[in-house]
Amino acid sequence: MKRPRPQTAAGAMTASPSGTPQPLERSLITPEGVDLRLRLGEVSERAGAVLIDLLIMLGVLIVASLITALGFIGARGKGGDVMAVIWLLVFFLLRNLYFVLFELTPRAATPGKRAMGLRVAARNGGRLTADAIFARNAMREIELYLPLSFLIANGDQVGAWISLAGLVWCGVFLLFPLFNRNKLRVGDLVAGTWVVKAPVRRLVPDLVQTSRPSDNRFVFSQAQVDAYGVKELHVLEDVLRRYEIKTVALVAARIRLKIGWRASPDESDGDFLAAYYAALRGRLETRLLLGKRRKDKFDQS
Amino acid sequence: MAELQLKSYRFRAEREGDWRRLEALLAKVGRGSAKSLSDEELLAMPVLYRQALSSLSVARATSLDQSLVDYLESLSSRAYFFVYGTRSTLGERVSGFFAREWPAAARALWRETLVSFLLTLAGVIAAYFLTRHDPDWFSAFVPGDLANGRGPSASTEAMRATLYDNNGGKGLSVFAAFLFTHNSGVAIFAFALGFAFCLPTAMLMAYNGCMLGAFLAAFAMRGLGFEAGGWLAIHGVTELSAVILAGAAGLRIGWTLAFPGDLSRPAAMAQAGRQAATLMGGVVVMLFCAGILEGVGRQTIQNDFARYGVALATLILWPVYLYMPRGAGAGR
Repeated sequence: MKRPRPQTAAGAMTASPSGTPQPLERSLITPEGVDLRLRLGEVSERAGAVLIDLLIMLGVLIVASLITALGFIGARGKGGDVMAVIWLLVFFLLRNLYFVLFELTPRAATPGKRAMGLRVAARNGGRLTADAIFARNAMREIELYLPLSFLIANGDQVGAWISLAGLVWCGVFLLFPLFNRNKLRVGDLVAGTWVVKAPVRRLVPDLVQTSRPSDNRFVFSQAQVDAYGVKELHVLEDVLRRYEIKTVALVAARIRLKIGWRASPDESDGDFLAAYYAALRGRLETRLLLGKRRKDKFDQS
Repeated sequence: MAELQLKSYRFRAEREGDWRRLEALLAKVGRGSAKSLSDEELLAMPVLYRQALSSLSVARATSLDQSLVDYLESLSSRAYFFVYGTRSTLGERVSGFFAREWPAAARALWRETLVSFLLTLAGVIAAYFLTRHDPDWFSAFVPGDLANGRGPSASTEAMRATLYDNNGGKGLSVFAAFLFTHNSGVAIFAFALGFAFCLPTAMLMAYNGCMLGAFLAAFAMRGLGFEAGGWLAIHGVTELSAVILAGAAGLRIGWTLAFPGDLSRPAAMAQAGRQAATLMGGVVVMLFCAGILEGVGRQTIQNDFARYGVALATLILWPVYLYMPRGAGAGR
């Protein structure tokens, strides 16, 4: 996810206010007028999804080959025709319909995309139509299968050079997603679709409730809870959810220093952070209700 | 204590039940189809979806619990895709495709179809006369593995045999399946290549015509023109129409990329791409028919007139199906 890693979490408490840029976030306004703020799939995730899909296809093809070969042997060579037809059709269906049929389902994703938490969506926010799915997958012919066929072509004489030239030409299409803002494939461009993240998130317990310290000894002054802003609060939330002992100790030490908190001997770092998180969130949310969102600790509003 | 006054916590406690319910419904849909929901659940879905959206708005404005906002964003997006997504089944989509979408796309692309047809025709005529004039042109137009022993150097008897050879009835369906998969590959290729500003598709169309012209010339020189016509036309009408339509789809894509018109380029591309892709779906169906005609029909029907009869039937059926609702068809 986009949040800083725990190693940098402590650093973020002091580092410069860079804000959190979300280059892959796109707004999708629902008819109800709420912006869903979709995130586009990373190119790496999509490459992974394609790889998984290709492996599945390869697996199915191998199984189909084995079955037809067994059938051929079982029929003592008589049913060869039928077996060859079945094999050819399986190959054809896999190549042309695997992606289309899976993306036509309500989840709009192939098994590979599901595994990577991705789905296909229409760029204009409307319905994802069947023709769009067909269009985006028909273009795979030049994006995926053509380069693959050049790769496995047996290079005899000039053939190798032609293959190489073809591969370079195909590279333009293959690498297309790297060179545009919306990470569109050629197929996405033609079909008016894009690939967005559709992660299934669980509702985790509220930190304010779960990690509430048992006693009442943490009372922070106004100045102490005004030390940080929303950005630091989110980093702190991340630290508390991960709860890696070293990071917790580091962050707790840094916050104590910043707000001038004198720790009592039996005070645990986790309890301190949880209490400070609750206090800070309470303060910032109160200000939020009054219309002031304090971005980070440098925000003096 | 401070947390007891946190409004965001109370907000969450009040609404959590509805979110969980929506999540459970979505999980149910994810496992099966929309039909797995009862009527009551189906009616509850939009209400729960709007509640989740409103919760999301409130949470963004008042809560600083990042995980809560993330959760609500994910939940709302999933519900959005369900509520505003496609709900028709695969069967409905397929029947809609044959009843409306495919003919409509064919009609919408009539200009490109005409251009594609003329390019093929030009190729046929050029290659025919060139090969008649100088038989050496044959090998320039037709690659060796497709010629399969036919050509100016073969004897008349050998040429005649290729027209009526039924391989002893063996391997017919294999041949059909192979041709089908091969030809649809070529057609989808012609479509996809259109993205490179039409040129490769246009060349492919002309070249396809050239191969046909050279073939016809090679047989015509031996006085086998009529027989070769029947041999080709029985499946060729369907197959060539399909390839021409595929070319038309490719041309539409390339043309729109170069000249998007009033719309922005991505929007125009999306519109053209969908139309062209619908047509391509139809092309694959046509090629399937052509493969069957070529692999099975041609090998079992050995009579010239019967072959021409089948060809004529396809020549009438396809245009009628694709263009009829608006009267006489445009050129194909």
